[in-house]
Parts: sequence; structure tokens; C-alpha cells
Amino acid sequence: MLNPNLKLNPKIFNPDVEQVPIRKGFGQGLLKAGEEDKNIVALCADLTESTQMHLFAEKFKDRFIEMGIAEQNLVTVASGMAAMGKIAFCSSYAMFSPGRSWEQIRTTISYNDRKVVVVGSHAGISVGPDGGTHQALEDIGLMRMIPNMDVISPCDAIEAKKATIKIAKTKEPAYLRLAREKTPIITTEETPFSIGTAQIFWIPEVGLAQVGIIVTGGLTHRALVAAKELEAEGIKTKVMNLASIKPLDTEAIITLAKETRTIVTIEEHQIAGGLGGAIAEVLAQNYPVPIEFVGVRDLFGQSGTPDELIEHYRMGKNSIKEAVRKALKRKN
Amino acid sequence: MNLSQQKIKELEQKANEIRQSIIEMLVEAKSGHTAGPLGMADIFTLLYFHVLQHDPKNPTWEKRDRVILSNGHICPVLYSAMAHAGYFPVEELKTLRKFGSRLQGHPHREFLPSLETSSGPLGEGLSQGVGMALADRIDGSERKIYCFMGDGELDEGNIWEAMMLAGKNKLNNLIGIIDRNNIQIDGNTENIMPLEPLAKKWESFNWHVIQVSGHDFVALGSAFEEAKKVLDKPVVILAETIASKGVKEWEGDYHWHGKPPTKEEGELALKELRANKI
Repeated sequence: MLNPNLKLNPKIFNPDVEQVPIRKGFGQGLLKAGEEDKNIVALCADLTESTQMHLFAEKFKDRFIEMGIAEQNLVTVASGMAAMGKIAFCSSYAMFSPGRSWEQIRTTISYNDRKVVVVGSHAGISVGPDGGTHQALEDIGLMRMIPNMDVISPCDAIEAKKATIKIAKTKEPAYLRLAREKTPIITTEETPFSIGTAQIFWIPEVGLAQVGIIVTGGLTHRALVAAKELEAEGIKTKVMNLASIKPLDTEAIITLAKETRTIVTIEEHQIAGGLGGAIAEVLAQNYPVPIEFVGVRDLFGQSGTPDELIEHYRMGKNSIKEAVRKALKRKN
Repeated sequence: MNLSQQKIKELEQKANEIRQSIIEMLVEAKSGHTAGPLGMADIFTLLYFHVLQHDPKNPTWEKRDRVILSNGHICPVLYSAMAHAGYFPVEELKTLRKFGSRLQGHPHREFLPSLETSSGPLGEGLSQGVGMALADRIDGSERKIYCFMGDGELDEGNIWEAMMLAGKNKLNNLIGIIDRNNIQIDGNTENIMPLEPLAKKWESFNWHVIQVSGHDFVALGSAFEEAKKVLDKPVVILAETIASKGVKEWEGDYHWHGKPPTKEEGELALKELRANKI
């Protein structure tokens, strides 16, 4: 059942559950953060509406910089603005920033310790018809490897809004990963959110969970649907929503592993280097258990609808259920 | 405002001291870049001892001008100018590139907080200068942002992105300074990747261009005066410099771009510099 403490959306499993692109929450969050703090500035590389920065840009014309199609300049100019005390949000598609701007982010933002938030929209395979060049599947890995860089990957638009407002108030540079497609609303305005805290969204009706599922971003809804169906089949799981990939809530991850003694990770990203890699690093060092990974297996994407691609690359509901059964079998 | 004869003498004297420090620190470090720092010693001297609004005893002074060293590898001249200006003891220069030193091989502001930015990977400084200038415009702050670049560094596309944005926004609070010494690691800039007509390129990106000898204090002084008066554009000073200026045998030789003098070479160079009658 849904964790009653977190005040999640009660209509989550309805066929007509409200669906909103995760990036929309960012747009609203940035507007709110901008209203609260006049030091917030926004920069965009010719994708202002796509990345939902237009809400801020329209309201705060003087604090918005149109960069043109120049992602290396996007992040380095943001660093310069942050050097003067600004909190600089800079957005593009994840494939182009951090995809193209990675070394500039490392040197001028993280190494240089400047408060810049790199916003990578249209991340993951679910970008769909645009095809493989536009489907960022490496960005979590790229960004979590950089010291002095938080990595946040919200599960829905409401969480994205809260994450944006929170990120604006931290000291560290951050990467905010967003998805293009409409995504079911899982959380509510009342659901707590803090950077560095993992949350258990799904728990068994009674007793201990047999398998721990850890998911990030837009696949969270599929993970919850899978957990519900598995429960009906007699497999009890816990589903952890891990929006904060860095800082990582290692304590919560170890606690989950101790309870379930087998784990499944789910992400719209390469398995290598992403969420799965991060979880494996923690558990291998602290509490080794079998792990099954749901994600892209060293492949590029291609054109298709988001649903087609998620199924083809084995990240859909049935693939998740299959991974859970496999994880259960491997349990000692 | 022209520089007095007395002031010019003082600057020449200071530049000579800064060059000596550069050689001493490189000999001690046994690695690092020689040609660029020596070639830029005059301009850094003018900047730190005449042009800049700054307070070495209060490096976080709110109203200070900002200096960005985009070509971070010439940091021996930056460190040396800063030390002689009073930011930290001149003696500390000998720790360059050593473990635990505040003077990292390429500037890192975590180690030396009085630096405005960390740098090393080329092509990234001008963008940061543009960002600083944009932030100052939002805040209505009056100050200049100075950004040093190498000429070889202009091969980097990131610079041209920054040039476009600065031109578009008419950033009159931004002054770029290019070390036009015509050399880069693999050889002469015009053989490696031709830059000319360089002034026309900057002009066509809507910058005000000033070409000047990088070793003539009178001309340099006028160039910075002119730069401060331009109201409708960002300004770039194309400073024609001689690589390794001050040590006759090394001047203009690209082999000195990325290597330090040996102890013996250093001693000869120091002897030559000390013999200069100013």
C-alpha cells in the first residue's frame, strides 16, 4: 500500500490519474523561487519554453539571459554570474548540458565552487521520436562523478517544483534532471521533500518486504504499479523513491537492504554509472545483497513513442516485475 | 591622464622585479610556463600598480574590480604581481606547484581565495567575465571586469560564444586583454590555426578593439584609459607582446612556452635582468 505518512496522491492508480510533464514543476518552482529571492537569475540556450523557463523569463525580464544555442557559454556565463552572488539556473536539454558542457561545469562551477544549478530537461529515453541523439542516458553518471555537485532527479512535477525551490537555497552546485513527457502525479503538495532524504512510497500491507525496489525519476509510477500487482501475486515489496542521487541517503538504502536482503534498481539511464551504480557502490561496501538492475544496457536509443521505447529497452512494468522475481530468487 | 616619467620608472622597476620572481619561482618549481608570464609582466604590472581599483589587504572589498586569468597556465605572472602588490608574501612564490601550496600549478581559488576564479582549461574565462558583467549590470554596480586571454586560446569555440553574447549585450564594463605573442605549444599561431585578421574579427563581433604594444607603458596606459571611456561596447586590448620578454636569448621562441628554466639558465636570466639600468 502507499505509505500513509507521505500523503501521496490517492488517485495514483486510477486510469485517469492526472499527468503533467516533470519539467512543468521546475518552471513553476523557479518562478516561486525567483519571487522569494531576487538574486536568482536564469539563463537558457534557446529552449526557454521547452525547458519551462519562460514563466520566470516573462516575469523577471531583467534577470533572464537568452544565450542562444551555446551550451558551453551557458554554464560558464552562469558561473560568472554566481561569482557576483547570483544563484544561477541554466537550462537546456540534458543531452547538450551537461552533455556538451561537462568540462566547463566541472571546472568553472564545481571546482570553482559557484552556486549554479544545471537544469537538464528532456532527459531519458522517453524523449521519444527525436531519437537517440536527443536521449540523454549518461547524464546522472556524468554529474554524480563530479565532486561538489548535487544530483536531483524528481519523480513528478510536484516533486520537481519542491526540489527547485529547495535547490535554490542550498550552498552546493546542483544538477536537476527533468523529463519531457507527461508523467502521472504521485506526490501531493503535502508530501515532504528534502535533499538527501530517500522516501519509501510503497510498503507491504502487513509484515516485512521481500524485495526492495529503488527508483528515480519518471519510472517511479511504473515501479509503484508493478509493486501493487506483485503484492496481489503474493510478493511483498517496498518502493523507495530516490530523487536525491547525490547526496545519497546511504542510511535509508542500507536499512532497506537489511530488511529485504535483495534489491532492484530502476532508472531511465544507462545502468553503468547511474542510480544502479550508485546503489551498488553503497551496498557492496556496507551490506552486500543481490541487485537486479532495470535500465538501459550499454545501448543508444532510437525513435519511437515513449511507451514503445520503455518497453523495448526493458524498463516497463513487466520488466520491473520480472526483475523483482529474479531478485527474490537470488536471495540467500 | 598620462603617466608621469617618475611613474613609468617605478613601473619598469616593478616589472623587472616581477620578471625576476617569475624566473625564481619557475626554477624552484622545476615545471611550468615561462614565455607567457615574462611576456605579460609589463601589463600585469601596469594593471596591479596603476589601473585596478583594488585593495590587496582587503581582497574581498565589495567594490573591487575583477581580474580573470582565462589562460591559467601563465599564473606565475599573476601570482608574482599579486605578491608584489601585497596580497601575500613574495617569499611564498617559491612554493609554486608544490604539494600543499596555495599557488597551484593552475589557479585554484579554493587554495588561494583572493583569486577571482579558478582556471586552466582554456576558453572559459571570457564567459565568466561576461557573466560577471551581466550580474553587475543587473545590480547597477560600477566596476570593470578585466579578462586576460592567450592568443592560442582563441582557437577555443567557447571564447567566440562569449564574444557574441558580450557584443549583443553591449557590455561596456568588460575589458578583454589578449596576449598576442604569436606562439602556442605546437608553434606559431598563424601556422597552427591562423587568427588574422584578428582585430577585424573582434570588431565584427561588435567589440571596440585597441591594438597596442604590450611593453610600452605610455601606450598601454592610454589604451586602458581609452578602454574605460567606451560606453557602447565591450573592449578588447590586443596587446602585441614578445614571448619571454626581458631575457634576450629566449624572446619569441615558442620552445619556452611550456618549460621552466634550469637552475643555470635561470641564473643567467636573473643576471641579465638585474643588470638592467632603470
